[in-house]
This record gives sequence, structure tokens and C-alpha cells, in this order.
Amino acid sequence: MQDPPIARGFRGKRPPPTANDRIPPGQHLTHDFPVLSAGPTPTLRLESWSFALQAGGALLGKWSWSEFEALPQTQVKVDIHCVTTWSKLDTTWQGVTIDTLLEVAGISEPPQPYAMLHCDGGYTTNVPVADLLAGKAMIATRYEGKPMSPEHGGPARLLVPHLYFWKSAKWVRRLRFIEHDEPGFWESLGYHLYGDPWREQRYAGD
Amino acid sequence: MRETDTALADRPRLQWRTAEVVRVIDETPRVRSLVLSVPGWPAHRAGQHVDVRLTAADGYQAQRSYSIASAPEAPQLTLTVERIDDGEVSPYLATEARAGDRFEVRGPIGGYFVWTAALGGPLLLIAGGSGIAPLMAMLRHRAVAASDVPSVLIYSSRTFADIIYREELDRMAALSDGPRVFHTLTRQQPAGWSGGARRIDREMLAEVAIAPGRHPRAFVCGPTSLVEQAARSLLALGHTANRIKTERFGPTGA
Amino acid sequence: MSLDQTSTPAAPLDGNAAAGLLQEVFVFDATSATVTCGGCGATAQVGSAVLYGGAMGTVLRCAHCDTPVLRLARTPTGLWLDMQGARSLMIPNDPQA
Repeated sequence: MQDPPIARGFRGKRPPPTANDRIPPGQHLTHDFPVLSAGPTPTLRLESWSFALQAGGALLGKWSWSEFEALPQTQVKVDIHCVTTWSKLDTTWQGVTIDTLLEVAGISEPPQPYAMLHCDGGYTTNVPVADLLAGKAMIATRYEGKPMSPEHGGPARLLVPHLYFWKSAKWVRRLRFIEHDEPGFWESLGYHLYGDPWREQRYAGD
Repeated sequence: MRETDTALADRPRLQWRTAEVVRVIDETPRVRSLVLSVPGWPAHRAGQHVDVRLTAADGYQAQRSYSIASAPEAPQLTLTVERIDDGEVSPYLATEARAGDRFEVRGPIGGYFVWTAALGGPLLLIAGGSGIAPLMAMLRHRAVAASDVPSVLIYSSRTFADIIYREELDRMAALSDGPRVFHTLTRQQPAGWSGGARRIDREMLAEVAIAPGRHPRAFVCGPTSLVEQAARSLLALGHTANRIKTERFGPTGA
Repeated sequence: MSLDQTSTPAAPLDGNAAAGLLQEVFVFDATSATVTCGGCGATAQVGSAVLYGGAMGTVLRCAHCDTPVLRLARTPTGLWLDMQGARSLMIPNDPQA
């Protein structure tokens, strides 16, 4: 195979490698907030929104928007890492932690060890329940102090920032406890089942 | 296996070919056409595009798609590129590349957004900005093929100076079998301007586009917002969906 | 064709924008093929499907009901293709017809 011709004077826009212990391997720092979507942005009236916890055929908890807003709120400042290589530091979010939801629903022990998140538009992603507890994850409704815009996942998205950001599912509506880990939308198309940015688990087999 | 069964596998697979810039044409302050020599280039059809791949000295590569602006009959391939300020590939192609420079192209790609004179018409073309490129390939093909298919081009640009191929379109429109060309300028109009002075909308199309009763083949190309508005308007005016083909220009993030 | 921008909202494109990638997978011109949506039964040329996914991958959705009819992702070890949302694909002998 012949080498490709070099385009004289072309340098490309490579982001400089960021020497920063807060940036996982292969990532670069961005100050934008790129929007990537696997489908159209759902439009939803808040009166129609609800969030539910399910296991098997059972409904373990369900909240309307006003009920959800009345739950104990948590604010976090976290770094987020997208598998497409951008990382954004010190992002602030507000929402309801998964711990709070389980507590309010009276669930002392998660019924199954894994979870599948279901979203408006059909997007899904899988996360081990242990990665959703102990303050590691929330259903976020505010970004930078303002209600989350639809293009960024509003009215509510999952926020699980210690995993690649495709796991922080936009437009989330249901958390379903499941017995075995199952691949969601991107995981069934070659992306890693778990997605730890610090071990660079981008794709299946990494 | 019947003959038609093997014909499917006979279509050339895509491969990267070296393109050499023969000359550059500054169409407008932000838009440049590159005339390329591509040895081994297979025939293309008007409306198709190519992938362009640039390789830097250290091996880094970037790739984007561009519509082919030249007629299939032209001896060389022409791409028309608008410079996007924070882009990676377009600033190189639209401002840096000069005669003698080499990069790779792959194609022709796409059989969906294509027009040949043999398909007939009438032909209704709606373009926004650099979306004119694949439609210009269709008009150039129409001219070379000496086709008398009635055709109308409705072309939206920001200002007079931003109209790509303006003089060539004027020449085409002046011919007896030429296309009817209607320009609309959305941001600023020169003194004495008699064309449109706003974004393409249903009222404008009702006035200047080919009537739905004549069942034109419509091709719409440009930014997503223009394409969606124009397609909706055409449907509202009574054109049928299967006679409308759209190509939206937008970021592919590739 | 692909506006060269790096951080704008992911406005959807047509399936035609995925033609290059599809041409790497299929020996025929996929954008001219007609797909029957497994969600709603609508038929349309692949080139007119709505394209999402950006840098993550290619997701072609039915323009009527948004069901993903074709999904593609390129990984270091290979290219993953999922067409469970497509009931059938018709590849015409003459794509220009």
C-alpha cells in the first residue's frame, strides 16, 4: 500500500495533550460543551414527565415532576469525560441522588445488582448498581444553576460522571433493576459495557 | 446467478485516490473552488460527493465530505469549499491549498441525491449558501447534455458578494433553454435589487417555484434550517414527498 | 457537504451523509436502497432517513417514527452493524429508477 500524499502546509487541529492529573488518558480539555445525540431531542411537557424505579414487573417508585422537585436536592461539581475524547472540568449539576431515590422509595437493598436506564426516544444504557450508589450518581435537573436545556438532556438526565459520559443518559425516565449486565444502545454496538475513563475502557475488549 | 445478481457486486468499491490541485478559483470572499486532477477517477453523477482526506507530515489525518460541483462530463473534478472559521479541513482547502498540492479523495459517493438529464423533469433546485455546489453540478450537466428540461433555481445567499457562481448562473439564465434563476439575499441587498430579500419561505416558493401540478423533481441543499423549511413548504404547497430530495449540510463530527 | 464545525448542536443530517461509510460496508449503493421500517412499516430510501450519532457512530432513523433502522459504530477491532430496526432492505437493480 502506498503512503498517502502529504498535504503541504496542513497541520490539523489537534488538541494539545493536556498534562493534568484530572484528565484521563487519551482525553483533552474542552471549554465548550459539545452536544452529541443518537436521536431527535424529545419535546415533553413537564406535566407529562415522570421518573420510575422498576424491578421485574414491579413498580418500586414513581415521581411526577413536582414530586421530584420536592425531593431532597444535591449539588455537585464534577469532571465529565466523553468517549469522543473531550473532557470538561468543574461542571456543576443539581438533582436527586440515586441513594435518595432508593431511600424515599423504601428500598434498603437494591433488588438486583445491575440497572438499565430507559429514556425518551428509546436510548438505553446499563450501569452496575454499585456505581450508582454512595453519592456516585444522580438524576440531574439543573446544569450550571439553570434548568437543563433539552439539547443537554433536559428536563432530567442521569449523571454518573466517573464513567464515560455516554452513560449519563439524557432524557432519562426509568431505572430498571436487572439480574445480569446487559448492553444498552451504544454498548450493543461495540462500546465498552462498563466504560471507566481511567482505564480507557472505550470499546468492547479494551 | 442471473446477470443482474452479479451486476451488484461489479460496482467499484471505494478507494482513496490522489488528487492534485490544478487551479483554484476564488468564487466569493469565503468560498473557493478547487479544480482537481484525479487519475483513475470513475465517472460520477451530478449530486454525488467525495470524501477528502488530508494527511499532515506526521501522519495525522482529517477527513470531510464535499459535494462535486463539476458536471460528470467535465475533464477535471471541481470541489467548492466554504471556509468555516473554526473548521479543520475547510480552512486548508479554502485558503491554503494551491496548484500542485496533493491530497486524497474517495468517491463518488451517494446514489440518492442524484440527477441525470435522462431522468427528466421539470427540475426544481433550491439552495442555501454553499449548498449550491451539488445543484450546480446538475445545472452544468444539464447544459453539457443540451437538455431542455425546464428548470428553476431558487438560491439564497447572505449578500450579493456571497452569491457563488453568480456570473455563470447569469450566463446560463440568459440562454433560451437555460434555467430560470431566482436569487434571494437574506442579510443585505444592493441598491435597486429586484430579487428576494428574505429567507426562502412558502410564499416565495408559491410565487417562483415550479408548480406542484407539473410534478417537478425537487432537490434542496443547504443548512439544515433552510432545507427543513423549504421541504415543509414544498409539501404544504402540494409537492409529493417522493419527488423531494434533500441534502443537509452540517457538522458530521467525524 | 459536512460543515467543518467542532462544537455546534448536533443538527440531524440526511442518510446521504452516511453514504461513504455505508459504501465501505455494502457492495451496493445503500443510500438508494429502500428500507422498510420495523417500527411503523413505512418505506423510504436509506438516503432520506435521518442521521444522528456524530462522532459516536451512525444512527439512521425512520423519518416517520424515529425507529433506528440502521446503526453503525467503528471500533478499533471492527465495524459493528445493527439493522434490527429494519424489517427489510430492497436493493434496486437500477438505483436511478
